[in-house]
Amino acid sequence: MNPVTGAAFALATVGKVMVFFTLLMLAVMLATIFERKVCGFMQDRSGPNRVGPWGLLQVIADGLKNLLKEETMPAQAVRPFFLLAPVLGILPATILFAVIPFASPLPTQWGLVEMIVADVPIGFLYVLAIGSIGVYGVAMGGWASGSKYSLLGGLRGSAQMVSYEVALALSLVPLILLTGDVRAPEIVSMQQTFTAGPATYATWFVFPLLIGLFFFFVSGLAETNRLPFDMPEAEAELITGYHTEYSAMKFSMFMIGEFAHVITVAALVTVFFLGGWDIPFWQGDNIRVLSDGTVIGEPTWWKTLLTLGAFGVKTSLLVLVFVWIRWTLPRFRYDQLMDLGWKFMLEAVTVYILVIAFVILGIEAVGIPAGGWYAFVLFLVNLALAGALFFAMDRGKLIRGGAKGVKSAGGDAAEGREG
Amino acid sequence: MIQDFLFQAFAAGSILGAVIMVTRRNPVSAVIFLVGVFFATSGMFLMLDAHYIAAINVILYGGAIMVLFLFVLMLLNLGHADWRDLRGPVGGLIGGSISIAFLGVLTRLFVGGTDARPVVELAGSALREAAAEQGVVGVVARPLFTEYTIVLEVTGVLLLVSMVGTILLARRERGVGERERT
Repeated sequence: MNPVTGAAFALATVGKVMVFFTLLMLAVMLATIFERKVCGFMQDRSGPNRVGPWGLLQVIADGLKNLLKEETMPAQAVRPFFLLAPVLGILPATILFAVIPFASPLPTQWGLVEMIVADVPIGFLYVLAIGSIGVYGVAMGGWASGSKYSLLGGLRGSAQMVSYEVALALSLVPLILLTGDVRAPEIVSMQQTFTAGPATYATWFVFPLLIGLFFFFVSGLAETNRLPFDMPEAEAELITGYHTEYSAMKFSMFMIGEFAHVITVAALVTVFFLGGWDIPFWQGDNIRVLSDGTVIGEPTWWKTLLTLGAFGVKTSLLVLVFVWIRWTLPRFRYDQLMDLGWKFMLEAVTVYILVIAFVILGIEAVGIPAGGWYAFVLFLVNLALAGALFFAMDRGKLIRGGAKGVKSAGGDAAEGREG
Repeated sequence: MIQDFLFQAFAAGSILGAVIMVTRRNPVSAVIFLVGVFFATSGMFLMLDAHYIAAINVILYGGAIMVLFLFVLMLLNLGHADWRDLRGPVGGLIGGSISIAFLGVLTRLFVGGTDARPVVELAGSALREAAAEQGVVGVVARPLFTEYTIVLEVTGVLLLVSMVGTILLARRERGVGERERT
């Protein structure tokens, strides 16, 4: 069966855009209630439980409330930009989803439909490009509100997002070194069949690129402005930062944008490091569409559904980690955050790229073919690096115990700035 | 056909955006329209099958450099709508003559110049073939790291030097004062 072409392709694309946009919005809705429920659980209270069964209809009540509330417009606001900012907040997060492969290709009577909205040849460079645009919503919302708190939030947000974008982009370089490709479907397919011969097991890149995942996830946290990186909002200092002056649906759009961004980052981690829509310990889902139209594997509709489920489970678990981190870690101080970005993450990622590059060179020089051993050597290197990283980030706080920490509270504060 | 139309649309968009950007009094609006221009140019690059350049254009110029511009504008609050950069008849004369000269060059290109389309199409088809073989990133990366390695390294050193220079200039002069005291 060949991939769809012509008018069927156009129709399929329109259909996919509509279906996946709806799914994403639905996921955003569920993510808001999910976060509040998990928060309630972690703080030993019920969370929303009045509207509908287990408070599940709370999202709909909130949506209605936001639709009916009064839209305020501050007198000092710069009107066109004030209106434009929420749009710029929501747009990048949603169109990022276009390059994420959701499931194995779906066979229809007109041909094979790949479960990705746009398989662009630049792959995750598109992600970086559109992700870098996300900062305009924050910056402009802060500036156009004409309020000092908003402006401070916007300034902090833009500085933070630009800083962590560097680490985000660099943390994907080891992925290019390993795969030699930037397209997301290729990366998923490589994780399914990372061997020279026929695949008997999947090699998710979380193993050979463990530290890469860590850096990508941390920079992703910073990019989405979630705790512990929520300096643009920092409600104890800035009221709520860049969206202080926004009300009703405009505020809601910022929130939808934030949650969509969280889901997008979780989906990206899934695709790059957790095998995408691959179902572990099963080789029946190794379906790949080559660029000349030939199809490897046997696509069926139930495989599409199963793989979509696998993708959903992985992404939801990562969203859970996001929420978990939010209600566990305290917020950084601003200078700590900048120091972490520029003085630690950047250097550490650069060293990591160098190490991985040399290890890959070494592996290829020794002549180990792509496969289990190849990944295992990289995994060992990553474990060693993870140990080193842990010691570096720990700075003698946990490992050497309390004696030193208690003795010099002032010394620790000075050390803290080293980050 | 649709590609031609898209190219024209992006080209028109970039020119329009540039004109609006120059005529804005408010620097923040100028920055926003400049970002629009970058997007339109990226669209043109896409239509010319230069996918990598299009992505990098948005990542670096749209996402990083213009954000820094915006950042500085917001930090210094330069939103004074009543300032004019070119003041008086002398400024007007200089600006006007430069624009007329530039317009003349452009007209000459459009009227008397050769049709560039065959050249562009030839380059485009060569690019498409190479991209099918090496991927869109490989088309840029391979020559960069084989033929032009020296140039790349020298550029890297140049950037490093300018970075060190910037840090030196921006550094707080604490060390100087301390030396004077002792």
